[in-house]
Amino acid sequence: MTDVAHSNAAVLAPDLAGHNHDPHLAHHFDTPDQQYQSGKLAMWVFLGTEILMFGGLFCAYAVYRHNHPEVFEFAHRYLDRTLGAVNTLVLIASSFTMAWAVRCSQLGLNKPLKILLALTFLGGVGFMGIKTIEYEAKWKHHVFVGSKNKYRNDSLKGVGKPVDSNTEFEEEGAEVEPPAENKLSAHKTAPGAEGKAEASHEAAAKRSDVGATTWGRGIVDPNAGTPDEAAIRPTYADPGGLAAGVVPGHHGEMHYADLTDAQRQHVYTFFSIYFMMTGLHGVHVLVGMALIAWIWLRARRNEFGPTFFTPVDLVGLYWHLVDLIWIFLFPLLYLIH
Amino acid sequence: MTTHAANTTHGSDPHGAAAHSDEHGAAAPGAIHPHITSMRLLVSVFLALVVLTAVTVGVTWFDMGDLNIWVALGIAVVKAALVVLYFMHLRWESPFNAIAFISALAFVALFLAFVMADSSSYQHNLHPPGDNVVVTP
Repeated sequence: MTDVAHSNAAVLAPDLAGHNHDPHLAHHFDTPDQQYQSGKLAMWVFLGTEILMFGGLFCAYAVYRHNHPEVFEFAHRYLDRTLGAVNTLVLIASSFTMAWAVRCSQLGLNKPLKILLALTFLGGVGFMGIKTIEYEAKWKHHVFVGSKNKYRNDSLKGVGKPVDSNTEFEEEGAEVEPPAENKLSAHKTAPGAEGKAEASHEAAAKRSDVGATTWGRGIVDPNAGTPDEAAIRPTYADPGGLAAGVVPGHHGEMHYADLTDAQRQHVYTFFSIYFMMTGLHGVHVLVGMALIAWIWLRARRNEFGPTFFTPVDLVGLYWHLVDLIWIFLFPLLYLIH
Repeated sequence: MTTHAANTTHGSDPHGAAAHSDEHGAAAPGAIHPHITSMRLLVSVFLALVVLTAVTVGVTWFDMGDLNIWVALGIAVVKAALVVLYFMHLRWESPFNAIAFISALAFVALFLAFVMADSSSYQHNLHPPGDNVVVTP
C-alpha cells in the first residue's frame, strides 16, 4: 500500500500536503508537462480571441476600402510610409530578440535572457516612440481623431463640392438669396410638393456657391409610401461611386478642394479606421511591454530555467501576435496602391 | 525525495545540450519537453522577414492594378506564417494549439466573407452620407 502511494507520488503530485514538491507545479496538475501544455493551449485560445477582436476592425477596413478605394488611395498619403517601414523592422527585430530570449530561458542562460528581454522592451519603446511622432504629425496636420480632424469638421459644415447628382441644380441659377436662418428649412420639404422642392434645389445650389451646406437638396424619396421607402434608392448605381468624376491619379492629382462632402466623410472614416486599428495595436504593444518588464524582473531573480520557462514562452507568444498584427496593418494602411 | 528534485537544477549546462528533450525524457517522467529552436533557424527567419518587408515596400513602385493588394497580402501571409511557425514554434506544438489558432482565423475569414457579400449586395443602393431624403411621415 505504501509502495503504491509512494510511486504515485513520485510521478504525480509529490506530496498531497503541498510540501517538498516542484514549487512551480500547481496542485491541480499531475506533471510539469501537463501544466506546461495546458498553459500553452490556453494561450493559443486567447490569441485566437485576439485575432477575432482585430478581425472586426479588419472587416470594417475591408468593407470601406472595397466600397471607396479612391478615398483610401487619397487618404493614405497622409501616412508616413518610411516611419511605418522602420516600425515594421523594429517590431520584427524585437520579435527576433523575444524568440531568442525564449530559447535562452529554455537553456537556462539567465544573463543573455535578461539582456534579450531588455532589448525586446527597448524595441517596444522604439515602436511607441515612432508611433508618437506619427500621431503628433496627424495632430499638426489636423487629421487627428474626432473634432481634431478637418475632414470631419468640414464635411459637417458642408464646405465641400456638391456631389455629382446635384450639378444640374447649380446650372438652374439661383437668384433667390436664401436667408441664413433658412438653411435648414430645405430639409423639411414636404413630399410631393414640386414647387417647394424646386425652390429648395435653388436654395441648395445657391448655398453651394457661397460654400454653405450641400446637404439639403430637397430630394424626395421616390419610394415614399411604398414598402421600400426610407434609405434605399437605386440612384447611386456606381458601386463605390460617390467619388465618380473625381478619380485620383497616381501622383496625387486629387486635392482637398476637389473632394465632395461625402468623400470628406469617407476620408474621415479612413482616419477613424486607422486610429482604431493602430490605437488598439498600440495598446497591445504597451501591454506586451509591461509583461516583458514583469518577466525581466522575474529573470533577475533567476526564476527561469529548463524546467520552468512557461511565463517567458507565453509572453513571447503574446509579443509575436502583436508583431503578427502589425505585419498586416503596415501594408494595408501605409502601402495602398 | 522525488524525481522532480532532479529537475530543478537550472542552468547546469550553459550550452544546453542536456536540455534537449531526449535526455530529459528518461530522467523525469512528466517533465517538460520543449522544442528549442536553433539559432541558425531564428536568424534565418529574422533575415527572411526583413527581406520580405523590403519587398513589400518595393513592389508598391510597380503598378500592377488590382494585383497590388493581393501581392501585398500574399507577402504579409508568408511573413505571418514564418512568425507563427518558427518564432511562435507552432510547427512543433501540440496539434490542439494549431486547431485553436487556425479555427480563429477560419472564423475571421467566414465573418469577412459574409460581411463583404452582404455589403456588396446593397452598397449600390445606398445614399451618400448627408443625402437627406425626405420620407413621408
